[in-house]
Amino acid sequence: MDAVLNLAIWLPLAGAILIAVVPGADRAARWIAALVSGTVLVLAVLLLLDFRTAITLAASFVREGILGQPPSSSFPHFVTHIPWIPQLGASYAVGLDGLSLPLFALNALLVFLAVLVSWNTTLRVREYFALLLVLETAVSGVFASLDLLLFFLFWELELAPMFLLIGIWGGARREYAAMKFILYTVSGSALMLLGILLLYLSGPQRTFDLQTLSAQAYPAAMQSIVWLLLFVGFAVKLPVFPLHTWLPDAHTEAPTAISVLLAGILLKMGGYGILRLNLGILPDATQQFSTLIAALAAISIVYGAVVAMMQSDLKRLIANSSVSHMGYVLLGASALTPIALQGAIFQLVSHGLITGLLFVMVGLVYDRTHTREIPALGGLARRMPFIATFFVVAGLASLGLPGMAGFVAEFLVFLGAFPVHAVATVAGVATIVLTAGYLLWTLERVFFGPERSQWERLTDATPLEAVTVGVFVAVIVGLGVYPALLTDIVLPSVSPLAARLAG
Amino acid sequence: MDVGLLLSEIILAGAAGGLLLAEAFVPRLAKRRGMLLLATMSLVASAIVLVPRAGATATSFSGAFIVDGFTVYFKLLLLAATFLVLLGSGRFLDEVEDRQAESIALVLLATAALMLLVSATELITLYISLEMAGLSFAFLAAWHKHSDRSIEAGLKFFLLNALSSAVLLYGMAILYGITGETQLDAIAGNLASAPTPALLLSVSFLLAGFGFKVSAVPFQMWTPDVYEGAPTPITAYLSVASKAAGFAIVIRVLQTALPSAQQEWMTLVALLAAVTMTVGNVVALIQTNIKRMLAYSTIAQAGYILVGIAAGTDQGLAAVLFYLAAYTATNLAAFTAVIEISGRTNSERIADFAGLHQRSPWLAFALAVSLLSLAGLPPLAGFFAKIYVFWAAIQSGLVWLVLLGVLNSAISLYYYAQVIHDMYMVPGREAAPTRAMPPLAAALTITVVGVFGLGILSSFFMGAAEAAARTLSQ
Repeated sequence: MDAVLNLAIWLPLAGAILIAVVPGADRAARWIAALVSGTVLVLAVLLLLDFRTAITLAASFVREGILGQPPSSSFPHFVTHIPWIPQLGASYAVGLDGLSLPLFALNALLVFLAVLVSWNTTLRVREYFALLLVLETAVSGVFASLDLLLFFLFWELELAPMFLLIGIWGGARREYAAMKFILYTVSGSALMLLGILLLYLSGPQRTFDLQTLSAQAYPAAMQSIVWLLLFVGFAVKLPVFPLHTWLPDAHTEAPTAISVLLAGILLKMGGYGILRLNLGILPDATQQFSTLIAALAAISIVYGAVVAMMQSDLKRLIANSSVSHMGYVLLGASALTPIALQGAIFQLVSHGLITGLLFVMVGLVYDRTHTREIPALGGLARRMPFIATFFVVAGLASLGLPGMAGFVAEFLVFLGAFPVHAVATVAGVATIVLTAGYLLWTLERVFFGPERSQWERLTDATPLEAVTVGVFVAVIVGLGVYPALLTDIVLPSVSPLAARLAG
Repeated sequence: MDVGLLLSEIILAGAAGGLLLAEAFVPRLAKRRGMLLLATMSLVASAIVLVPRAGATATSFSGAFIVDGFTVYFKLLLLAATFLVLLGSGRFLDEVEDRQAESIALVLLATAALMLLVSATELITLYISLEMAGLSFAFLAAWHKHSDRSIEAGLKFFLLNALSSAVLLYGMAILYGITGETQLDAIAGNLASAPTPALLLSVSFLLAGFGFKVSAVPFQMWTPDVYEGAPTPITAYLSVASKAAGFAIVIRVLQTALPSAQQEWMTLVALLAAVTMTVGNVVALIQTNIKRMLAYSTIAQAGYILVGIAAGTDQGLAAVLFYLAAYTATNLAAFTAVIEISGRTNSERIADFAGLHQRSPWLAFALAVSLLSLAGLPPLAGFFAKIYVFWAAIQSGLVWLVLLGVLNSAISLYYYAQVIHDMYMVPGREAAPTRAMPPLAAALTITVVGVFGLGILSSFFMGAAEAAARTLSQ
């Protein structure tokens, strides 16, 4: 299966090169992108199934008393390890565990859906799909890396495609937004690089291997410095107040499919980084800064919601709600309990799906009305019942309605975080009311109320759009009704992490 | 005395002389293609002579001239750079049609001089080769004799080069006064273990003089004007070959002659590095002319290279050697693209690069890749070069310098990304796509492949750099 993983990482890049070198029609580029991202999705599902089988088998062995400990469930599966730069102790090492596999699969799903969403792009089609596929390889690599240098390499590899995707295909202020995005991210990752180099030097063993790095101890003072440097890098990406200001611009100006990917998967790189590196490698410093994380989480949650409420641009509203929702991830990470950590990962996945869906819905509305100004819309439900229905579904999912993925995630976070950081958790719970307020209010203003004459000719979703939306909703509801689909996979990796943090 | 050690330099000088004679006496034969072929053959022959020498250390002329792994590494780099510059100089040779032979001959002579410089282990040899290279560059910079900017560039280079040589000479004189020796290793032997004020004065003068050659701040003033005014292939050549040889000799002098003042020169070099990368990057932010922007960018790059020297370890040296190879490939890719782009549009303004991706996607891609490599983004050569340099510096405890370095790379992305922004996001004038001359296209392809290759296979090239660095410290 390790060949499957490598294929899933590199196939998109090969597809991008193919699109670049094969001259000719935009049609071909579109189909190559769909075929490649579809194949990667199938591969990701295969990996998920294989992983699930392996851990349920191990768990049943433990139950039957054949094995004392689940043998390898916390270790990465599908591992490839090839020495790459022996001078630095860096390798090409990839593999997946319960922490990374859900996000890896999420990336595969969202890129495939993003290809479908941008099916009718007419501007510079070949470049567009090629960059989209390069992006997929970069993000997959971030989640699959078991080597810190490789992780950083993939992390930076994502920058240039995203810069171009926002800057060429975005809205009116796209160039400003693209530049802001790249400068914020690269400033964060510059500090992250320093942190990585210091981490490399302060441990007993000079290596970039993530498992070795997570298993050894570091001097206390160095832990704090490295922790802060890494945290700043990830906090820009997640984003955490006050490093979030690039996000509303980038998400608002990006084209629909790219907004989906930005919110759906790029933010998750920040959350994943915090869980994998800050929590996984530097447990002592994490405990030391636990209150700081909780405080930043609470501020992000409340601040994001309040700012979102004041927006009149639909996309800007959702972008700001992302700041708020990512705060829950941070809250889950701050509590250091298995339940809260599961909640954090669940929130990463469910926010990726829900906000992805919301951006798709906004895109559908915008394609028809050519405006995203909430006051200018109104009464759209009559003309586009399908879009209205599923926009409402997405909104309800986002505010945490039981039966959908968002509820499970927030519930787990609150449950796990309350005993540790009561005040921050209460702030988080209270903000749900705000979230419900602005989402419902927005839905009302956009879809209900008196119908306006200029919207009379609007049409509902096309079959392709309906299928795309349907996939999103199916996964969101599936995870909401049967959360064990995800938690079973996550738990074996979270337990040792939490144990290390506790002890 | 083994004159054979100089064979690679003799070949180049002979080819240069042959070109001049051919043009004077049999002008019929002096067609451009033939001359370039002769030059290329001399470069290849020179490289072939060099490669077997990499394994052992040999000296000649009573120890004034050395050939070892370190010098061979640099000489091969210089030969490769010269070859690529000649490939990309077709347009330039068109413009100077009556002086083509002299142009090529001077480039070969400058290369020979730089190669002598790399091999110099004695102060006077060092000084003479430095002057020989400097004179060639002064002529080449002023080669467009109808362009005021070019003549100004040549004159400026000539005068400031002379000034810096005087400073360097003064530092050498003090060193000679203290030790009574001009051989680098003999100087090290005669120095007291604790540095004296006179030695520190000498080190400062030497660093100031060398600082000019590698355009370190605050000795960089000539760089933007000369880079902008000189013909672009000459700028490209100056920015890689002259800089690489300059760093080679800085390393040689500091390592061989001045180990007893290591703490002191490490501090000075660290300060130079900090100022150089910061000033280079900050001033580059506001440039509107691509050649001026690249000039400040090379200043910033010199700063990163100095970080590796400031580390003062074998690892640092190896990192510097790798950095110079990565930088040579990257900067040549950038300048080769600029030669073609600005040659077509007749403009060096960055704003005129608008919409380049439509007119010539390959040129735009090549320039974008080289700029991203200069900014240090993976998986390109520049990324790994920076990793190696910072890695070495942080091991020597220079955390503050590395912090400044990573922040500088973040700043630098702004001006590099600005060019990419103009090329890809701003619509340009419609123009029929044209084809580059095949040699230039070849040079561009080689350098872009190099930028990727030196990145992804950095381990292999770093191995070569480490081997070369080891021969120096033995």
